[in-house]
Amino acid sequence: MKRYLPWIAGAALIALPFVYKQPYHLHILILILIWSFAYTSWSMMGRFGLVSLGHGGFMGVGAYVTALLWNHLGVSPWIGIPLSMLAAAALAMVVAYPCFRFRITGHYFALVTLALSGIVLQVITATRDFTGGSLGYTPERTKGNVFVALQFTDKETWYLIALAVWAAGMYVWYWVDRSMTRYALEAISEDEDAAAAAGVNVTFEKLKITAISAVMTALAGALYGQYQMFISPDTVSGISVSLQMVFAAVAGGIYVAFGPTVGAIITILLNEGLRIGFGTKAVGWDNLIYGVLLVVFIIFLPKGTLGSILDKFKSRAPAKS
Amino acid sequence: MLKVEGLVKRFGGFTAVDNVSFKVEQGEILGLIGPNGSGKSTIFNMLSGTFPPTAGTILFQGKEIGGLPPHRIINSGIGRTFQIPRPFRRLSIRENVVLAGYYGRGSGSRSEAEAAAEGALAMVGLPMERDASVDGLGAAGLKKLELAKAIATGPKLLLADESLGGLDEHEMDQAADMLRKIRTELGITIIWVEHIMGVLMKVVDRVMVLDHGEKISEGLPTEVVADPRVIEVYLGTDAGEAQATAAAASGNPGAA
Repeated sequence: MKRYLPWIAGAALIALPFVYKQPYHLHILILILIWSFAYTSWSMMGRFGLVSLGHGGFMGVGAYVTALLWNHLGVSPWIGIPLSMLAAAALAMVVAYPCFRFRITGHYFALVTLALSGIVLQVITATRDFTGGSLGYTPERTKGNVFVALQFTDKETWYLIALAVWAAGMYVWYWVDRSMTRYALEAISEDEDAAAAAGVNVTFEKLKITAISAVMTALAGALYGQYQMFISPDTVSGISVSLQMVFAAVAGGIYVAFGPTVGAIITILLNEGLRIGFGTKAVGWDNLIYGVLLVVFIIFLPKGTLGSILDKFKSRAPAKS
Repeated sequence: MLKVEGLVKRFGGFTAVDNVSFKVEQGEILGLIGPNGSGKSTIFNMLSGTFPPTAGTILFQGKEIGGLPPHRIINSGIGRTFQIPRPFRRLSIRENVVLAGYYGRGSGSRSEAEAAAEGALAMVGLPMERDASVDGLGAAGLKKLELAKAIATGPKLLLADESLGGLDEHEMDQAADMLRKIRTELGITIIWVEHIMGVLMKVVDRVMVLDHGEKISEGLPTEVVADPRVIEVYLGTDAGEAQATAAAASGNPGAA
C-alpha cells in the first residue's frame, strides 16, 4: 500500500481541477504551488548552509526578463523563460564566484547576496521607462495564440502547469539528495578545508548548486508573472521577497523535501487570512509576523514544522516495531 | 617520487618554512619531527595545496604541484590526514569515506568509490554499515576514520599529520602498525609528522628534523637521535627515550 501512496497522491493532485473548480481555491493552490517551487529552489542552497538573501533578485530577473522580451521584442515566453533562467544563472555566477573563490561564507555571504536583492530592485525601479518602475509591469495581452504567449485565462491549465513545475522541483531535490553532490555539499558546509582534502573542488560544487537554485528561482518568477499578468518590484524582487523565502523555507523545514511546500502553505494561508480578516488595515503585518516567527522557528524549531514532525515519527517508529 | 627544493613560506614578516629541501623515495616511510611551530604542518599544507609556497618547487612524480588547488593535488595521488581529525558529522562513517573515494580519485563511478571505501574501512577496521554514525567514535576511531578517508582517495603518497596525538600507548602501537600495514599492503609511500618521537622511530626508514622552519638534521633514526643539534632541540623532552628505542630497533632489525 505504502508503495502506491505517491502515485495515488499524484493522480489525486492531477485530477483535482477537473473535479473541483472553485476559482478562488484553485487560485490559492496555484500560488502555493508556484511559491513552493520558489522556496524549494531557495532550500537547494539553504539546506547546505548557503543562506542567500539574494533570491528575490533571481526571481525578479526571471519575471522581468521574460515580460520585457515579450513586450519589447515579441519573444515568446517559451524562449523568454529559458533566456531569463540563463540570465539568472549568469548573474548568480557573477556574484557567487568571487564569494566562493575568496571564501566568503556564512553571515558575510548572506550580506553580499542581500545587496544583490537590493540592486535588482533598484535597477527595475531606475529603468522605469522600460520596466514601469515601482508601479509594476504587465505583459501585453496576446491577440494571437494563447499557447505561444503562455497566457491562459482558465485556472485549470495554470494549476496543471504549476503542479508540473512543482513536481519537477521535487524531482530535482530528490536527484540532488541521492547524488554524490549532496555528500560533497554536506562536507563543504561543515569544513571546507577537510572537504578539499577529500578531493572535492569546493568552489565548483558550490557554484553548481547555486546555478541550479538560481535557475529554478528565475523559473518561479517567470511563471508567477505569466500567471498573475502583473509584476512589481515589491512582489517578485527585492529584500522583502528574499526574506519571505527564507522565512517560509525555514518555517516548513529546509532539510526535508516537502518542507518548503509546507512553508508555502503556512505563509500563503497566513497572508490570505490577514488580507481577508483585516483588509487594508493589515498591510505589512505579514512581514512583521514573518520576522517574529523566523526568530521563534530558528530558536525552537530549527528543522522547521515538517522536519520536526517527521523527527517525532522517526523516534516513535522503533518503539513500535 | 617527491622532490622538494628550496621551499619557503612566509606569513607577512614571519618565515614559517625557510629554504627546506628533501626527497622521498618510492615505498619509504619518512618521519618528520620537530618542536611545536617548527614548520611541519606548514610543509604539509603546502604539499597538499592548502596554501601555495612563497618560493621553491615541489615535484611529485616529475610534475610541479606547488600552488595547485587541493583537489587537483589529491587527484594526482597525494592523500592527507589532519592533525586534529576533521570528520563530516552530517554524513555517516561510510559516507565520509565514500565521499573521499569518489572525489579523491578524480574519476570513476560511484560503485568504484563504494568499493574503495569498503577497502579503506576494512584496512583501518571501522564498521561498513550504511548509517553508522561518526558520533559513536572516540579519539582512536576518529583517527582511523581520518586515515580511511585518506586511503580511499587512492594516494601514492600519504601525508599523515600527527596521527597519534591523544591516544594511549596501546592505541599508539596499533596506529603505528597500521601505517606499516598501509605501506606494505597498499604500497603507499608515507610522510609521517609526529610529536611522539619514540613510536615514530620504530616505524620510519628515515627522519627529517625541523626547527624554526629550517631543516637541522636528516638521516637514519639512529643517526638523527645522536645528532647534537637534535638533542639540543629536544633536550628535556624525550630525546633520551627515543635514542633508547632507536637503538633497540636497530639491534633487532626483524621488528621493522
